[in-house]
Amino acid sequence: MINSIFVIFFSFFLATEILARPQLRWAADAESGAPFVFYNPDNLNEMMGFEYDIVQAVAKEMDYEPVFVQNSWEGLVPGLQRGQYDVIINGIEITEDRKQVILFSDPYFVTFEQIVVRKETDGIESLADMKGKKVGTLRSSLAERILRSEGDIEILGYDAETNAYSDLKLKRSDAVLLDAPIAQYYARPDADLKMIGAPIGQILYGIGIQKENQELQKKINRALKVIIQNGTLREIYDRWSLWNSPMASLFNDFAPSRVPPTQYDFFLRHNGKTRTWKEKALLYWSFIPIMAKGAVTTLNISLVSMALAVALGLILALMRLYGPRPVVWMATIYIEVVRGTPLLIQLFFIFYALPHIGIKLSPFVAAFLGLGLNYAAYEAENYRAGIQGIPRGQTEAAAALGLGKMATLRYVIVPQAMRIVLPPITNDFIALLKDSSLVSVITMVELTKIYGQLASTYYDFIGTGILVALFYLLLGLPFVRLLRYVENRFHAPYGEKGHSLR
Amino acid sequence: MSLEISIQGLRKSFNQNPILNGIDLTIPKGNLVCFIGRSGCGKSTLLRCLNGLEVLDSGKISIGGHVISREVGVPFNEENFQREAMSIRQDVGMVFQQFQLFPHLRILENICLAPVVLKKCSQDEAKKRANQYLEMVGMSEHIHKYPQQLSGGQQQRAAIARALCLNPKVILYDEPTSALDPELVDEVLLVMKTLDREHDLTQLVVTHEMRFAREASDTIVYLDKGLVAEEGPPDQLFGNAKDDRTKQFLRKFI
Repeated sequence: MINSIFVIFFSFFLATEILARPQLRWAADAESGAPFVFYNPDNLNEMMGFEYDIVQAVAKEMDYEPVFVQNSWEGLVPGLQRGQYDVIINGIEITEDRKQVILFSDPYFVTFEQIVVRKETDGIESLADMKGKKVGTLRSSLAERILRSEGDIEILGYDAETNAYSDLKLKRSDAVLLDAPIAQYYARPDADLKMIGAPIGQILYGIGIQKENQELQKKINRALKVIIQNGTLREIYDRWSLWNSPMASLFNDFAPSRVPPTQYDFFLRHNGKTRTWKEKALLYWSFIPIMAKGAVTTLNISLVSMALAVALGLILALMRLYGPRPVVWMATIYIEVVRGTPLLIQLFFIFYALPHIGIKLSPFVAAFLGLGLNYAAYEAENYRAGIQGIPRGQTEAAAALGLGKMATLRYVIVPQAMRIVLPPITNDFIALLKDSSLVSVITMVELTKIYGQLASTYYDFIGTGILVALFYLLLGLPFVRLLRYVENRFHAPYGEKGHSLR
Repeated sequence: MSLEISIQGLRKSFNQNPILNGIDLTIPKGNLVCFIGRSGCGKSTLLRCLNGLEVLDSGKISIGGHVISREVGVPFNEENFQREAMSIRQDVGMVFQQFQLFPHLRILENICLAPVVLKKCSQDEAKKRANQYLEMVGMSEHIHKYPQQLSGGQQQRAAIARALCLNPKVILYDEPTSALDPELVDEVLLVMKTLDREHDLTQLVVTHEMRFAREASDTIVYLDKGLVAEEGPPDQLFGNAKDDRTKQFLRKFI
């Protein structure tokens, strides 16, 4: 009895102890796939990858509680600067440029660029051999920079490594140059492809830390040193089959592998798997709740953003049409600048740049403002067209009745313009629904991000893609119906549906 | 006989193209005056200047104590002009060639809109008066219809009721029957005649309906090249015009 009370008390004590551990908020893009960070295809609630393992080992050594934060790869560094999380670990090369803005831990990984060609290809074994050839690589990667500096090579930039290799097999390119781990995981298992030539260049990956957080940098480096010395890191690399001679030199460890490549084998089993129709159906069925969650995010953000766009758009249109000259200019400049610059950059600006002047918005608010302010510019032009489509005689009739400018707009012009404007607004809502996928660069996980993660987890881009496309379609349809209904209400005074205004 | 309207030296041009070249005119209270003339003679422009839908170049318009005026050489003051125009519109209603009912509102709403928005009266009172005027123009059974559901003649009668509901002293008609099918013209003209008989209303009508002008007006004004060529009672113009241009114009209608 006393014993069991002691056990309960002790476990309670332990539990609070665990809760009290400081958090290590680490960010990566789970879409980046094997072997870096990805969801376990057998259990989507679990993550895996050699970087995932390293974070767990480092955090354990530091006695921190690791907490994962999803962000798009492009957003990782800006999000770190903004303090959205403590560290980033996702194949981030240690470069001079990046050192200007963030701190790096000691390198935890060294690799190089690997040439891959078709099995039957002869004579492409070095950069020099690639002159005049078509070479695939990942967009804005080190490999791309190397190819560019070589000159005279036709570079094909891809967003997903699997596409680079599949195009190589389809003979759309002559060779692919990519980081060695990518070649190891996506080209080596493929019987039609071969890795060839000496290592090109050297890439060091480091854990990114906020510029001002030297304290954390020290702690992480200390932990890294420990897991290197006690063999934990080596074990991780052995299991992922990523140990090679450059690694051996970096860590000064030339001993043969101590543990079997279990994780690599796990990957190969999954990657090479051909699923029966039934297995596929079950797999897609299991995607539905996950996608539904992303769909809710997509829908939420789209609805609030569109509400902002529709309201602000009207104000902008009225400013542009009826304001005094300076107001007209302001509205015009706003509309032209916002329409004329990419939404992605606007989102980046709002989320990552504004904190520098003390405005720190949550991802949802930033997404709401980014999309809403952007679409307001388009809606303003819709309204303008609608308002200008109302015959001048209507304004004159209102004036002759003694109505002022504002009353004329409110009671006569805008209600009539709404009817003209609704179809293009419906159109824009559908576009916004899809554009909302861009908010994944500010850490939000919406439908398209879910697609990327699932597709790269199961190497199934087509089936997953169709499923996500269906989700978008289903999201949009009810609103198309609703707006069509409202449209018909507006049409009622005009008799036949779609009958034109006199 | 009290004067309702006086116009002095009214000039107006569009893009250096003179339309009105110094109109001088006085119109007694309660009269029905028809403006006739060839197209382009400036009769519509004259009407539209009277309630400030067009900005006059120079001259003075005074209607029931409200004045719109502009002097040559004085820089245009938009705000001032709009104030004058708003003031004159309190006593001047207008009926358009294309009716210009608000298509998104039912007939009753069309008529009550301005009185309610301008806080001339309560919603209930506006409705009561609207019903009264709609009955007068014979539109009682259509109050809940939308304009598009009505014939042109019905729409124009509703438009007259809309103008009346603000209790104007003057109503301007800009070719009120030109857009109507011939068989619908008379129902509108009849309303105007009734108003002339039964109400203390001054009505200015730009029209091509010579029969109506001859039967209904107290005075006919013949405009030519932006000037009043001749004015007088119908019998005088149709029977014994002094001006050759008037004679020539009216010859085909006699």
